[in-house]
Amino acid sequence: MIKSRLFSIGIALVCLLVIAFYFLNTTNNTVKEVPDVVDFNFHVRPILSDRCFKCHGPDANKREANLRLDTEEGAFAALKEDPSKHVIIPGDPMQSVLFARIISNDTAEVMPPPSSNLALTKTEIEIIKKWISQGAVYKKHWSFIAPQKSKVPNVDNDLNPKNAIDNFVFTKMKEVGLAPNQPAEKEALLKRVSMDITGLPPSIELQNKFLNDASPNAYEKVVDELLSNKHYGEKMAIAWMDVARYADSHGYQDDGYRTMWPWRDWVIHAFNQNYPYSNFLTWQLAGDLLKAPTKEQLLATGFNRNHKITQEGGIIDEEYRIEYVTDRTNTFGKAFMAITLECSKCHDHKYDPVSQKDYYSMFAFFDKVPEKGLVGDIQLASPGDPPNMQITSEDVNSILKFINKKEEGDVTVMIMRDSFNIRPTRVLKRGVYDQPADTVEMSTPAAIMPFNSKYEKNRLGLAKWMLAPENPLTARVFVNRIWNEFFGRGLVKTVGDFGMQGELPSHPELLDWLAVDFRENNWNIKRLVKLIVTSTTYKQSASRTPKKIQTDPDNKYYSYFPRLRMSAELQRDLILSSSGILNKEVGGPSVKPYQPKGVWESTTSGRGELARYVQDNGDKLYRRGLYNFIKRTAPPPALLIMDASNRDQCEVTRLRTNTPLQALVLMNDPQVLEAARVLAQNTANEKISEDQKLEKLFRLILCRTPSEKELKMLRAYFDKEKIRFKNNKQNANAFLQAGEYPQIKTKEIGETAALMQVNQMLFNLDETTIK
Amino acid sequence: MDTQEKRFRLNVTRRHFLTKAGLGIGSAALGSMLFKDQLFGSTETSAIPLGVAQFAPKAKRIIYLFQNGAPSQLETFDYKPLLTKMHGEELPESIRKGQRLTGMTSNQESFPLVGSTFNFSQYGQSGAWVSELFPNMASIVDEMCIIKSMHTEAINHDPALTFFQTGAQQGNRPSMGAWMSYGLGSENSNLPSFTVLLSRGRGNGQGVYSKLWTNGFLDSVHQGVVFSSGEDPVLYLKNPEGHDKASRRDMLDQLAQFNAQSFENFGDPEINTRIQQYEMSYRMQSAVPELTDLSKESDNTIKLYGPECLVPGTYAANCLLARKLSESGVRFVQLYHQGWDTHGNLASDMRMQAEDVDRASAGLIKDLKQRGLLDETLVIWGGEFGRTNYCQGKIDAENYGRDHHPKCFSIWMAGGGIKPGTVYGETDEFGYNITKDPVSVNDFHATVLHLMGINHEQLTYKHLGRRYRLTDVAGQIVNGIIV
Repeated sequence: MIKSRLFSIGIALVCLLVIAFYFLNTTNNTVKEVPDVVDFNFHVRPILSDRCFKCHGPDANKREANLRLDTEEGAFAALKEDPSKHVIIPGDPMQSVLFARIISNDTAEVMPPPSSNLALTKTEIEIIKKWISQGAVYKKHWSFIAPQKSKVPNVDNDLNPKNAIDNFVFTKMKEVGLAPNQPAEKEALLKRVSMDITGLPPSIELQNKFLNDASPNAYEKVVDELLSNKHYGEKMAIAWMDVARYADSHGYQDDGYRTMWPWRDWVIHAFNQNYPYSNFLTWQLAGDLLKAPTKEQLLATGFNRNHKITQEGGIIDEEYRIEYVTDRTNTFGKAFMAITLECSKCHDHKYDPVSQKDYYSMFAFFDKVPEKGLVGDIQLASPGDPPNMQITSEDVNSILKFINKKEEGDVTVMIMRDSFNIRPTRVLKRGVYDQPADTVEMSTPAAIMPFNSKYEKNRLGLAKWMLAPENPLTARVFVNRIWNEFFGRGLVKTVGDFGMQGELPSHPELLDWLAVDFRENNWNIKRLVKLIVTSTTYKQSASRTPKKIQTDPDNKYYSYFPRLRMSAELQRDLILSSSGILNKEVGGPSVKPYQPKGVWESTTSGRGELARYVQDNGDKLYRRGLYNFIKRTAPPPALLIMDASNRDQCEVTRLRTNTPLQALVLMNDPQVLEAARVLAQNTANEKISEDQKLEKLFRLILCRTPSEKELKMLRAYFDKEKIRFKNNKQNANAFLQAGEYPQIKTKEIGETAALMQVNQMLFNLDETTIK
Repeated sequence: MDTQEKRFRLNVTRRHFLTKAGLGIGSAALGSMLFKDQLFGSTETSAIPLGVAQFAPKAKRIIYLFQNGAPSQLETFDYKPLLTKMHGEELPESIRKGQRLTGMTSNQESFPLVGSTFNFSQYGQSGAWVSELFPNMASIVDEMCIIKSMHTEAINHDPALTFFQTGAQQGNRPSMGAWMSYGLGSENSNLPSFTVLLSRGRGNGQGVYSKLWTNGFLDSVHQGVVFSSGEDPVLYLKNPEGHDKASRRDMLDQLAQFNAQSFENFGDPEINTRIQQYEMSYRMQSAVPELTDLSKESDNTIKLYGPECLVPGTYAANCLLARKLSESGVRFVQLYHQGWDTHGNLASDMRMQAEDVDRASAGLIKDLKQRGLLDETLVIWGGEFGRTNYCQGKIDAENYGRDHHPKCFSIWMAGGGIKPGTVYGETDEFGYNITKDPVSVNDFHATVLHLMGINHEQLTYKHLGRRYRLTDVAGQIVNGIIV
């Protein structure tokens, strides 16, 4: 094991270096980090919340020494054991017990205690000292104060601000000594905005049209065209599928089939029709409680039923029913409010003002469904427990035209229906289903916004509460999520957590301006998207200078456009689209494209119709990534490897990782090879020169014209491959067999195989996968 | 930090430094992980530096032989002659004490005790009791520590398995292997640090799910990679038809040239990471098939695992493969063998399942030992809960069944830091309740992490405002099983 020992030494070395850098980094910033005026929300609460609230915060049962630091009353109180002393004396850190404890050298005295594995840095101690000196002013948590539109700051006209986004962003940038990049090249911008709005790359025709359009509103015209494209709804739906934990199977061990795809068709339709977010939210949350709800409104409520459902024989019904209500409640919290409610299921929240009672008061909204914990019988492939709804062919021909129903028969979808008086909701001790305690009424956490009597006590009342102008979270959370989609980083980085442990907004004024503007303009989503993509901030080039990296390593000031790898689905869509084999059909049941053998078979319990993977053929192989069949216990490996969600529960962001398995997928997945092959065969038959062919392939895949140098490199590669394949026709033939797409005859298979190889290489380029 | 340093930070450390230090490029995965988590001061930091053990580890690698479906403790290691004596008599309420039952038996009118149909004997220096179903495992009891006092909170397969593998019954938390990979990194630059092997016996199966080897909220580099002994041992590993090593090499060189051009234009360090990942995938393409090729194993080795080990996809083949992966530095090898869910037909199902796993499980221990690897490899054998001492359904002369039982069950561990030849914990004479030294699933996790040189309270990851641990908010190290 000498090798492994050497390795550990190496690793230790790396770690030492890494740690050394870490400290270098922090010491460098120390001076900067203590601001002149210390703000409770921006500087102090993050420290108190992270290091102190666990024992001295909102959780009444775990509060140590009866001391709470999350409220003024608690922090300014006299000590019980010595009333002459106070935890905090505003203006006097040296007489404040809190300060004495955090700087104590005595391990029995110092706070946080060493056993907690938490500690304060010097900077943090300085911040607390200064805050106390400056009067120890407490403020309500920033995201619980309703947003206000502040005045749009003026910026230098030379920076070419297009809308308020730029004014806010450029002002912040200037404060840290940065300036925006030049606009991106037209072609790069076109790829970016196409991928962002429709999730599909621009065709060569569109590329030419845009390049040749010198009019001042050329870009705006493209944006409008893209926003009215039917594929916009599909692109927007992808992220919502993760939030809504959409899947085509029930999850848990037997993992039977379910048909919730009509609900997905509705989401695509809702985005394409540009339903205001207020409707989007209300219908999904409470469409069934609207007056005389339409079938469409009922369908939308399927959002609440997308959670996993067990089919494991022998389970205890109530245990699982509670799980489902829990999932609905937590999903609601994370998706619409960005509050991690689940922490208060078993005890009062440690960081946010959500008590266990608050939790079950929210839980009550989702607890009235007449459902059971165990769904049907796996052998019968149950579509789900009631409440559900039949979608008939007649519906699809009249009121539900957007549903792409293929089969003759009805389709059953799960929907929401409350059955009042079905059961009282009780607090569950430690969150356990068989430990019920006090009965609670439907309500929301008062610290966020009281749920007063003007709201009906049901999910519709909850929707109205969410949409009230004084609700501090709803609009902020949504605009932040959309912003994150475009810039790869939210204005609040923790997209799913606006609570006290979440990050503070990098641009609070901009976030609030966007939130209020969004609400004031009737929650118009397309308008918000347009505002973002037409900003100068969005149109910047993606190159970065050492100075920018140095000043702002995370690019939180947006002084260049981030290079963002596209989602798993969009990488697939780009490959299929640029090779011309994409099936552009919108909606309908999920499809089963190529998948390595055994992925379902090696994990299944053997029961139900999803025990074996039966691959689709023909057109269904070329649908967009979002239609890929998601079996929860064995999600499509190519998507999962590319960081897609396993749809186990609500997810508001995906990681972007860089792994060798991703390389293997792009190099060896038959789907990619087939696309390369068909594109090669079609290109081979075109009556243009080889250079023109190569240039065309490059433009189709990278969405820009190659430089002379790049074309030369490509040419050299092509020539080499051509010789290789001409010398080995057998290999050329074998290579060209990829995929089920009908073969297209070409004159010279050596050339065709070489073109295919070129395509394959281009598909694997880093730039290709970047939006 | 001046520009030069920054360059170093962004580029050199990732590429040149790692290769120069002789670590090979595969460490780039770890390198980039360290970078993200430590250097950029992200909020998602761990309390400990990652990639090194905190204190001297007793084990470096883990092989977990998961017996999926829950083998009965009463037919394996927990010998209860009283049940044979009281065969057919009712389970006294003084023993059951209101314990909840699954929907399978909660409506049963009677709960007749049922004794094991298999005989037990004592083996080795330790004198541990083992049933006649496991003659090979019985021959190595002096290497093993049998824990008879495991208990869990879950009563159904999915939550129980999920609890064992991720520390929580519900939710999408990182699995044990992912935590190990996150905490300790990889030992081999050509292989993933966490691999998964699947097999299925002839008994009643319950399925496994990819969330059992999920990275959860950790970087996906920590996701378990499923290996199979089939044609393509890792998904998408094989080059397409008509494509040989040389043409793949040319393509990678071409890609690197173009990507280097992008790096010049954009200065994005992720581009260089990507180049390195492609190189690692290339090395995996040769390293993995070499490793998974079992044809060159010696006759002696094959004898240890049994002839089945040459049949791809069997438990025996997976045990052999697990040894090879582990020997090559894979930090965590997770096996699942399905088929232990003996609600009925226990007598025949247990026999078939035991035939599948007995020889190979013991063979693995012997093989590790003869290679001098047992000391640094922790091997774990066990299921997700136990089985009831009463019969599910009717007892007949030939057969019987047992329902799920969370209150006590047996697992065994061997190697890396485990006290050999011991039996830990005791249950009552009904085999229903624990009477001495209970070990919870959290305790089990805390102990495994400890053996790997990690303090379970300090291996944390901050996600959505909360610091998560494998042991959640519990877990006591079980010192009684450690050398």
